[in-house]
Amino acid sequence: MSAAAAPRPVIELTGVTKTYGTGDTVVHAVAGVDLVVERGDYVAVMGASGSGKSTLMNIIGCLDAPTRGRYRLDGVDVRRRAEATLSRIRNRKIGFIFQNFNLIPRTSALRNVELPLAYAGIGAADRRERALEALARVGLTDRAGHLPSQLSGGQQQRVAVARAIVTNPVLLLADEPTGALDSHSTEDVLALFDQLSLAGRTLVVITHEADVARRAKRIVRMRDGLILSDERVAPLAGEPVGPRAQAELAS
Amino acid sequence: MNIGESTRFAVQGVTSNKMRSALTTLGILIGVAAVIILVAVGTGSSKAVADSISRLGSNTLTVSSSSTTGGGRGGPRQPAVGGAGATASPNSGTKTRANQLTMADAQALTDKAAAPDVLGVAPVVSASSVTATYSGASHSVGTFTGSTSTYLLIDNDTVATGSPFTDTDYSEHRRVALLGVTVAKDLAGGDGTSIVGKTVAFNGKQFTVLGILTAKGSTGPQDQDDRVVAPATAVQDTLAGYGSLSSISVKAASSSTTSAAQSEVEAILDGRHHVTAADRDYSVFNSAALLSAATSSNATFTVLLGAVAAISLLVGGIGVMNIMLVTVTERTREIGIRKAIGAGKGDIVSQFLLEAVMLSLFGGIVGVVAGLIGSRFTIVGVQPVVAPYSVVLAFGVAIAVGLFFGLYPANRAATLRPIDALRHE
Ligand SMILES: Nc1ncnc2c1ncn2[C@@H]1O[C@H](COP(=O)(O)OP(=O)(O)O)[C@@H](O)[C@H]1O
Ligand SMILES: [Mg+2]
Repeated sequence: MSAAAAPRPVIELTGVTKTYGTGDTVVHAVAGVDLVVERGDYVAVMGASGSGKSTLMNIIGCLDAPTRGRYRLDGVDVRRRAEATLSRIRNRKIGFIFQNFNLIPRTSALRNVELPLAYAGIGAADRRERALEALARVGLTDRAGHLPSQLSGGQQQRVAVARAIVTNPVLLLADEPTGALDSHSTEDVLALFDQLSLAGRTLVVITHEADVARRAKRIVRMRDGLILSDERVAPLAGEPVGPRAQAELAS
Repeated sequence: MNIGESTRFAVQGVTSNKMRSALTTLGILIGVAAVIILVAVGTGSSKAVADSISRLGSNTLTVSSSSTTGGGRGGPRQPAVGGAGATASPNSGTKTRANQLTMADAQALTDKAAAPDVLGVAPVVSASSVTATYSGASHSVGTFTGSTSTYLLIDNDTVATGSPFTDTDYSEHRRVALLGVTVAKDLAGGDGTSIVGKTVAFNGKQFTVLGILTAKGSTGPQDQDDRVVAPATAVQDTLAGYGSLSSISVKAASSSTTSAAQSEVEAILDGRHHVTAADRDYSVFNSAALLSAATSSNATFTVLLGAVAAISLLVGGIGVMNIMLVTVTERTREIGIRKAIGAGKGDIVSQFLLEAVMLSLFGGIVGVVAGLIGSRFTIVGVQPVVAPYSVVLAFGVAIAVGLFFGLYPANRAATLRPIDALRHE
């Protein structure tokens, strides 16, 4: 549509706060954040434990409502929306990747990937085709029939990535996606992120690991619910750091 | 999302913990089967009582003398109410003062003007301790009845082989007899039909067998086919003597006029015997009245059995709710994941509600089968009769129980905030 003429930002946070509790025990998990993420960007959000990263991700992912401030997702104000609307927004616009994979147990990889499409009301045949396509992109075609319990952590996380991308969401949101993985599986998942970024996807990855953050195009550092620094490490339109670094390494 | 998809998730939920689902289902199964079987037992026992009463003829009245002591063998299957006459001791002076039932009494009851609701009247004389002999075989006859051809009509008797005796046989004092199946078989062997047309001696008196009565079967210990029916005139000539009648059988025009007929019979006999309701020397047994009393007490019995069974169905329903609450708690995280990737409230509600209904539906189906199988066996001496309404009711209630008790857990699952559900350990 008009995306080329005036690309609207995927995320627009303005003065967003989130407080837990009241009175003496009040916690300002997010203390006032302004953040704009353009389409095609690959942002790493870094910070120590308890700095408010997950709280911010929950707000961005429409899983939680901010206490104060404005949030526009893909140009749409999502404040005070009905739960039914929010679940539709999560289904169509956002793909989640969690630290602990969060696949549905006792359900095959293929069915897990099909699930968002099922909730979107897409027919069985179409659903299956798209889910197999997504599994192919993460290199797990041969594991389609496996249950989560039959897959390694790295494979489970790749299934989760397939599930996140299968609806073609405007935003991929990952909270500590490599936190439960060994270095080899971490590399697999990060390589996938590089590919997705190259393909023009918008990614926001929350991490406390510098190695993971270094692969992004932009690094946002948080402390005590506030943004401490916001550094662009690669141009928005360019390639992510990962492939370039690898290319340099190879040459 | 469509219902097929929700159904698949629900099936997956039910089958993921088979043992638990089976036990939960068992609760519903037992409840449904109990409702069907217990109502069938109640219905079966009502039917058994109604059958044995209606075999007496639903619009028949039996008038028996209070002072006659039939020795247990006299009369046409003397009804139990005969015991009411026990107040008059057989050996006391009251016996001589009491009026016996006579042929004249029976004749008086046929008066159309005084008893418009009476359709037919049959005097009954009975002979006790009758032994039948026939070509070397002998048989002690259970009941030997002398009456008119009307008696067969009143007693709902038909003749299976041969022919009934006629009014001419009665007026001519012909020594003819109709045998019950038991008597015929015992004397002639085989199916007993070879005895028709032959002569049988009863206590030495020769009677020609006209036919064999259609089998009535037995109620309890009493064999209703161990009997002989002959014209009353011939019986008086040979075996019973010309004394009193043991009873008078009266048929009312219809079952709805039985009570009216009873009043008319009582009015006529009170006048003839110079007694009142207080000092009657005879009693009238009304099978219709007994039937309605027995039916209503049996209906109460059936309702009570059904209520006990319904409680077990309710307990089964609470079991479903309990397990669904456990399931929802166990799968809180799964619910969180589903909501995060776009499941709406309706999707979650339908998934868990279907799961609950599936448990109760399965329990209901197997319960119906178990109930129908269980009802084929005789239970505490009663042959259960399955009431179709109880099957529909039990099955319907099982589904309703699943819906009702599944709704709360399903709703609880659906209203979980995704953020809280995802944090659940
Ligand atoms: N549900 C909650 N109730 C109260 N406090 C919370 C809740 N969730 C997070 N917090 C607090 O908010 C702060 C930020 O938490 P979080 O966003 O999880 O940090 P991070 O993901 O960066 O480790 C922490 O101090 C944490 O204790
Ligand atoms: Mg966190």
